Amino acid sequence: MTCREVVELMTDYLEGALSPADRDRFEQHLAGCEGCTAYLAELRKTLRVLGGLREVPIPGHLRRRLLAAFGDWRTSSRVTGGPDREQ
Amino acid sequence: MVTARPDPELAAILGGDEAAFEELFKRYHGPLLRLATSYLGDRESAEDAVQETWLTCLKSIDRFQGRSSFKTWLFGILVNVARSRRRQRSRLLPFASLFGRDDSDSRRPAVDPDRFQADGRWTSAPDSWTDVPEDKLLGRETQAMVLVAIQALPAKQREVILLRDVAGWSAEETRTFLSISDANQRVRLHRARAAVRAALEEYLK
Repeated sequence: MTCREVVELMTDYLEGALSPADRDRFEQHLAGCEGCTAYLAELRKTLRVLGGLREVPIPGHLRRRLLAAFGDWRTSSRVTGGPDREQ
Repeated sequence: MVTARPDPELAAILGGDEAAFEELFKRYHGPLLRLATSYLGDRESAEDAVQETWLTCLKSIDRFQGRSSFKTWLFGILVNVARSRRRQRSRLLPFASLFGRDDSDSRRPAVDPDRFQADGRWTSAPDSWTDVPEDKLLGRETQAMVLVAIQALPAKQREVILLRDVAGWSAEETRTFLSISDANQRVRLHRARAAVRAALEEYLK
């Protein structure tokens, strides 16, 4: 495998989607190639940056609006027989 | 029909416990907002769509049959809300960017061919960003740049990377939600990650 081929298999590798034979060849290449090892390290850092986008604080007005809506829903669903309805 | 086990998130809402509900909307606020932003562009419309999603969720939860997980159902509501808002908008703004080419499923190389010599070895090898301090890598400014890079992706890649790498969904959840094949899910993810990595490389150098 060349570097050009290896970088195109990075996601398959991380996803565990390579055949055992391809995975071996991929890892063999990686063991002898600084450039591809570095590329994989950068991809892993990229994933950490992306994961850092998961948490966003909720604006106060939205929180208040939703909690109020939840309170209303709870009241009305109690009246109509929920929330413990069975199907 | 008896379902195997009630979805704990659904049970939390149906139980009527405010703290449990708040916990849920905290958990999903970021992922819902990122996805809404990717469809609608600006933060304000996105927040509005997230609000409508939760209101719709409460309004229809008594009719939710539990055929999917609560999470998938919730995100499905968001996609519907965002789509209908885009439709309303596109009546006002003719020829929105809906018709741009999207080669997300193509097998062309995702990494710039110029990075390699004729024999397939690196011309300019990556360096692992070892000189970049952690607080810069994970800082606000880098995040803002990455959000711009995500927004610049074709729509099909954008939704996959947002669900997989931002929201943290599994491959299976993502391909089911988007009704795409396993292979397409992976190709889109691959292209999206390669593009975001390249944008980060450019930014960090």
